[in-house]
Order: sequence, then structure tokens, then C-alpha cells
Amino acid sequence: MNYSAATNWIIIIITIIFWLFAWLFNNWLVARETKFSKFQTVNFFLVPLIFGITLLVIWEGFTRGFNVPHVLLPPPSMIWERIINSSDILWLDFKQTFLKAVLIGYALGCGAGFLVAIAIDRSPFLQRGLLPLGNFVSALPIVGVAPIMVMWFGFDWPSKAAVVIIMTFFPMLVNSVSGLAASSNMERDLMRTYASSYWQTLFKLRLPAAMPFIFNALKINSTLALIGAIVAEFFGTPIYGMGFRISTEVGRMNIDMVWAEIAMAALAGSLFYGAIALLERKITFWHPSIRGVR
Amino acid sequence: MIRKIFSSRAFAILTILFALLIIWYVAAIKLNMPWQLNAYERAGIENWSYSQFIKDTLNQDRPVLPSAHQVFTEIYKTTFLKKITSKRSLIYHAWITLSATLLGFAIGTILGIFIAIGIVHNKVLDRSLMAWIIASQTIPILAIAPMIIVVLNAIGLSGLLPKALISTYLSFFPVAVGMVKGFRSPSNILLDLMRTYNASKRQIFFKLLWPSSLPYLFTSMKVAIAISLVGAIVGELPTGAVAGLGARLLTGSYYGQTVQIWAALFMAAILAAILVMLVGLVEKQINKYMGFAR
Repeated sequence: MNYSAATNWIIIIITIIFWLFAWLFNNWLVARETKFSKFQTVNFFLVPLIFGITLLVIWEGFTRGFNVPHVLLPPPSMIWERIINSSDILWLDFKQTFLKAVLIGYALGCGAGFLVAIAIDRSPFLQRGLLPLGNFVSALPIVGVAPIMVMWFGFDWPSKAAVVIIMTFFPMLVNSVSGLAASSNMERDLMRTYASSYWQTLFKLRLPAAMPFIFNALKINSTLALIGAIVAEFFGTPIYGMGFRISTEVGRMNIDMVWAEIAMAALAGSLFYGAIALLERKITFWHPSIRGVR
Repeated sequence: MIRKIFSSRAFAILTILFALLIIWYVAAIKLNMPWQLNAYERAGIENWSYSQFIKDTLNQDRPVLPSAHQVFTEIYKTTFLKKITSKRSLIYHAWITLSATLLGFAIGTILGIFIAIGIVHNKVLDRSLMAWIIASQTIPILAIAPMIIVVLNAIGLSGLLPKALISTYLSFFPVAVGMVKGFRSPSNILLDLMRTYNASKRQIFFKLLWPSSLPYLFTSMKVAIAISLVGAIVGELPTGAVAGLGARLLTGSYYGQTVQIWAALFMAAILAAILVMLVGLVEKQINKYMGFAR
């Protein structure tokens, strides 16, 4: 057995030992929780965190220990190095894809879906006709319109924003309409006894009652928007953008760059989702599912 | 009688579909007009009549927006008039996409169910996995699709399985989350009843938890199968577009064959509708058999 094989085995064994300890520690934490309730809040963050760190350690240890070719799966440390070294390229891509295409498309798509929902809410006929269609369209592979949008709006970000608008519109429409129907007859009757106008009822009763549904759509759309923008870039882009970078660097076998890009996308996606979830807690503080926690 | 027809759902849907068709034709004429005018000018045709003009705009070879009848004749031509084994048959391409979708959906559903079982029965798994499962979906997985496919190709896996794996990743999530909810849906009274029968863990699972989670399973399966199809289509984009609906989209966008893109898009939509409907049908049958019929 030569020297490098021995170090590889040591790395693998250390990894497995770390894995075991993390697993036992998590077990211990959760077992504590049933006895002392104050562990609950700590565990809420700590246990998943330990699990995540363990995954990273296993990934690092096994790719190094088993000498996995970097073309297949680079270890996390190498990806991290790449993120630090080429942060200017990553920022350029991020600006192009996320700040322009995703955010603008998301705002326009969700806004349009919401406004159309309010508009058709007054017409039972449109509701009967549009809702089943909206439900149907939500299940369709809408990303497929990407090549058409690229043809219509050119290679730059407007075509990607257009894909995002179409993808986010229908979930928002369907959810908002069912949200607007969420307030009960009793509550509406109460508003009527107050002699409130249509708009007053809308703003004081029905929109607040619709908020959980609307936030549901906002959350679904936050991931859809990122997917739409990145996939649309596979069909043609200027020479920057996350989707462009991913597809070209895969072709050049620079897998660490691809992973860096993915890490960025994952981080952006999680933060976006988290921000919306946080806003939801602030706005729908009255909802049982949020009141129940703590 | 007439009133009943006017207030029926089918009438509303048909009216809106008809309106959409008219909008489609108007948009097609408007978008294709500049090219047609240009063509007339180049050909030196001075005194064209309006009916001739409209007929020509709606039947261009490479229109900006193909008209409905062009798309449907293309679908008809490539489904019924071509041999199924031919590379130009849309059925052939749809089948390739469908097989990847179904394989990925099956693996994803089974994986999702097992993850849910693990989460429900093991508190440590619940605490450490649940947060990461949710986080895993904020990663725009479709962005990783090209890399997964290229990497799997490099280790000798090619064809159906890599595409199916992308579908798997997308479809396990709704099933896992839905089933966790489903396994936790039986009330304490029911669980206590099982305990008074001295039922073992196995018996509780198969006689109470599993049956009562079935409605949740089908709801999430409907989401999962639609999302699997999207995964399979996007999975076909980076492989150099050999076969499948995604490949049709890509080649169509390379060569400006808009009619081909729209035909592939409609085929994907039809496929999605059929798949969701099939799951719905199975759901209905099982519900009837289990006595849940509503």
C-alpha cells in the first residue's frame, strides 16, 4: 500500500467517523427535546444545520478519498475556491439573470395574475370559464414557450422575463381567485350590515382573507421564476447569464464553475423564498398555521 | 333549458376558448403582417386584395406566430400521416419523452413515499431531513439538468435514465410532502383505537396510516406527473437534441421552424392533460373501492 492510498483511506475513515458522531449527536438532541421543551427552538435550526454540514463533509471526504474525477463531481472546497476566484463573473451572471429577468418577470407576472383575478372575480361567467383553463394551464410544461419568446423578444433579458411572466401568471391567477372566495358568507354579511362598499369589503375583508392563498402562489412562483429564466437562457442569450454559463461550462467540462453557478442559484432561490416566507409571517400573523408556531 | 346551457361550465369554457382562438388569429395577422408586406414588395406585387393578403399571412412558411390551423395540420401530419417509427413522427418523439417521464415519475413516487415513511417514523429524520427537502426545491434543479446528463453520460449512463432522474428529483418532492401530511392525518382517536386493539406498528401502518393517506397521495401524484413531464422535456435540451419533444423544441428554435415548435408544445400540453387525467381516473376508481366516494 503506497502513501497516497493510505491517506485516502484515512480520509474516508475520518469522514465515516464524523458521520457517525453527527448522527448520534442529532439523535441525542432530538431525544433531549422530549424532556426539555426549550430544546425545541434550538433544534429547529441546529439539527438541520448539522445534517447539512455532515452532507458536505461526506461529499468532501468521499470525493477526495475515492479519487472521484473532478469532471464528475468536484469536492465542495474546490467549488468554494471557484466562487471566490470568479466572483466578478458570477455577479455579472447574477445581475443578468436574477436582478433583471427573474425579478422583473416575477413582479409583472404575479401583478398581472392578481389584477386579472380581481377583475374576473366580479363576473361568475369568466370565473367558470377561466378557472378550469387556468388550472389546466398551470399543469402544462410552460417552459416550452421559451424558444418562442426568444424568437420574439430577442436574446437579452426581456425574452427571459416574458417566459417568467407566463410561468408565474397562472398559479397567481388560480390562487388569488380561490383566495378571494375564502371569506365566509357570514363575514360578508357582516360587512353588508356595516353598509360597506365593494372596495371597502375588498380591502378590509376579502384581500386580507385571501393573503394565505396569495402567498402560497408567491412561494410557488419564486422557484418557478428562477427555473423559467435559466431554462430560457438555454435557447439563446448574450454572453453572460446563469443559464448560458451553465450550458457552456458543461460543454467545456469546467464542472466546478457549473457548481459555483448552481450554488449561487440555490442561494438566490432560498433567500428569495425565505424573504417571501418572512413577509408572509408578518402579514398573515393571524393565520392558525403561523399562530401555532410558538 | 337555454338558461341552463348559458350558465353551464362547458359553455363558459367553450366561449373563452373561442375568444382565445379569435385573439390568436388577430395576433397572427398582426405579427406576420410586416413580413408579408415586405414579401409583396420584393415580389413586385402591387395590387393585392385583402382576402389574398390575409390568406397569405396565415399560411407563411416561417411565421412569427403560426396560425391555429397551421399548428393543427402540422400535428395531424406528423401524428397520423407518418409511420410511428419514423424520426419525423411526433408520436415517436412524444413516446421517448413519455417513457422518461413515466420512469422518473415511478421512481420519484416510490422514493417520496419511502422518505415520508422515514420522516413519520423517525423523529431525527423528520428534524434533519424536512428542512433540506424544502430547501432542495428552491434550487432550480432544471438548471442542473444539463450537467447531470453530461456527467451521467461520462460514466456511461445515457438514454432514458438520466432524463428520468431529473423527473425523479422534481417529482419526489410533492409526493414526500403530501405523504407526510397524509400519514399524519389520522386523528388521535383513531390511533388510540388501534392501540386498544393491540395493533402492532406494521398493522397500524397498513390498516390505518396507508389507507388514510391515499387521498393525499393522489393529489400529490397529479402535481408530480405534470412536473415530471417538464423535467423530461428540459432533460432533452442539453443532449444535443437527438429525440423527444424537448429536442423538437430545440431544433425548431435553431432552424426557425416556428410551426414545429408550436406543434411540439401542443403535443406536450396534450400529453400533460392525458397524464393528469389518467391519475385522476385511477384516483376515482380507488376512492370508490375504498369507500371515499364523494
